[in-house]
Amino acid sequence: MSTDYTENTDRVVSPLPWAPGFYPGDRPQIVTSRFQYEDGHTIERYHATGGYEGLRAALAKSPADVADEVKNSTLLGRGGAGFPAGVKWGFTPQGVWPRYLVVNGDESEPGTYKDRLLMECDPHQLIEGCLIACYAAGLSQCFLYIRGEMPLAHERVAVALDEAYAAGYVGTDILGTDFGVDIVLHTGAGAYVVGEETALIESLEGERGMPRLKPPYFPAAVGLYGQPTIVNNVETLANLPFIAKEGSAAYTAIGTATSPGTRMIAVSGHVMRPGVYEIVNGSTTFRDLLYGDEFCQGIRDGNDLKAFVPGGGSAPWFTADQLDVAFEGPEAGAAGSMLGSGAVMVMDSTTDIPAAALSLVRFYAHESCGKCVPCREGGTWLYRLVQRIVDGNGTDADLQTILDVGQSICPGDMPHASSERLGLDAVPFPYKMTTICFVGPSAYVPIHSAMTLFPEDFDALVTKRGERRSIPVMAGAGE
Amino acid sequence: MTRLNDHNVLVAKEIIARYPKKKSALIPLVHLSQQQNGYVTDDAMRHVAELIDVTPAEVYGTASFYEMFRFEPTGKYLINICGTMSCQLMGADALMHHAEHTLGVRAGSTTPDGLITLQHAECQAACTEAPTLQVNYRHRYRVTPEAFDQLVDDLRSGALEAVVPPHGTLARNRQQIPADRAVGVTDPDDVTEGPAWIQVTPA
Repeated sequence: MSTDYTENTDRVVSPLPWAPGFYPGDRPQIVTSRFQYEDGHTIERYHATGGYEGLRAALAKSPADVADEVKNSTLLGRGGAGFPAGVKWGFTPQGVWPRYLVVNGDESEPGTYKDRLLMECDPHQLIEGCLIACYAAGLSQCFLYIRGEMPLAHERVAVALDEAYAAGYVGTDILGTDFGVDIVLHTGAGAYVVGEETALIESLEGERGMPRLKPPYFPAAVGLYGQPTIVNNVETLANLPFIAKEGSAAYTAIGTATSPGTRMIAVSGHVMRPGVYEIVNGSTTFRDLLYGDEFCQGIRDGNDLKAFVPGGGSAPWFTADQLDVAFEGPEAGAAGSMLGSGAVMVMDSTTDIPAAALSLVRFYAHESCGKCVPCREGGTWLYRLVQRIVDGNGTDADLQTILDVGQSICPGDMPHASSERLGLDAVPFPYKMTTICFVGPSAYVPIHSAMTLFPEDFDALVTKRGERRSIPVMAGAGE
Repeated sequence: MTRLNDHNVLVAKEIIARYPKKKSALIPLVHLSQQQNGYVTDDAMRHVAELIDVTPAEVYGTASFYEMFRFEPTGKYLINICGTMSCQLMGADALMHHAEHTLGVRAGSTTPDGLITLQHAECQAACTEAPTLQVNYRHRYRVTPEAFDQLVDDLRSGALEAVVPPHGTLARNRQQIPADRAVGVTDPDDVTEGPAWIQVTPA
């Protein structure tokens, strides 16, 4: 085994055991302001820290005014695609009832670790966000879909909902107005693809979680039970109480014009202080994040940085050449990747790159729902090829086959980062795809990045062919 | 007898009433049956089908898509070791190797005493605290070989009875919507007018 636990004992541990991995720092806090309190999940603490004031402020205005306020804030969706939330709400057709809000709490993108903390540490903020969204977009029922593997989040949100119903924030005649909406807590049962919004709706209807054919591109027109449906990510909704209470101007004062506010970033892997950080959107760079004292404090053991995944497992990889890219969607796109769900995974110079890529290819191959052939067959094929190469039994022909299979999932130029070392220019994001959703391309992205940026690591493996190598545990070997 | 018991039938009816269409309650009800029996039995799926007016095949069709549902007897404790990138980088393969040796079973199987099932799992959203595992979906962070052995000892001795409920139990408390505060549901096919409070006018 190339990696050993004992190397990692000097990693810093979060000072807040109830919010593992979270470090507050001295920065603007919009969504994590209550993480510092051990009882941040209770309604008492929520009331004591300005809770439900955003809802009161919203109810004092007309729904259209609240929707405009959100539109003016340019709040970008935090699920991965980065689409402005206010614009998305505007896609609902007028005069069609009922219409629904579905909260996407099915966070399972590799490396992503923010929605779980938001649900566990501050569930009332999410509930208030849901209520504001329902009021502003005129939605008549809310389903809060939480990933099944998060029972603590489920428990915390269930208690918070009971408290909010009892206090008159949820249900009929909210705060003495005509506004009334139910929030129903729903549990998932373990399927990554359900994070895709139409698959989420299928799952909520009691079906297998397979994405729907597009168009329509947004379920805002035809969604749950065939009705207009807004699907928003947990972090997106958690921003709404602040926007409703302080106004869109206060929100856009933080961050940059095109990427306002803050966003939560989880950095994991080979850094000194892996953690979840609420960063100022737009202006913070990856160098700040990986090397800054208030963030990750550099690479572990004084090693060099080899590569990092900038936006969740589906994002093409960056190397040290891209450290000065900022958290600004178009900038990351031009550099050949995306910011996705706000997950950064860092690999230092000791990393076995093919094995690291394998862990992601296996993930996406495993999570294919089986609806589109290029993903169902191609993903599994890629996984077997990469496994064979990592095992030391691969050939040059296998490397070519990987590219061929990849072409059938993502035809044409595949985005990748530039590399000074290899004299490569960047190919900008996004890719073309032959599948309905992003699971298929995501199986190809990590192995394509790894082979493009570190060809020598693969050449070394395929030329070693014939040498006896240990069989990995997963393939079934004992001692 | 592995149909839902009387108490759970009441819980099931309450859950069904929250959705505009009964089939939406399918996943929560299969969870409920797994909580009762430790795994999803054929009888339970038939019972769920009766409750939501679909065929047993439809229940199995949906349930078989989702990884958390297990269709054969499972250990009282299900240990899922994460192997996706962040954990892989921090030694998940070695942890799995150690776990297989400690328990004396391969990933995907159950110890002979029926207490512990070991499984390989994908990302558990605790990436900064790698390597991680979940025991009955309760997280354990930065798991060392010693910590793993201690966990197994504690599970065997019953020291964690209060912390880790048996397999199948997810949240230990359930949302209770008070009848006097609930807006209630309407069949989406039967609605022509919006609720009174919604007066969305184009901006």
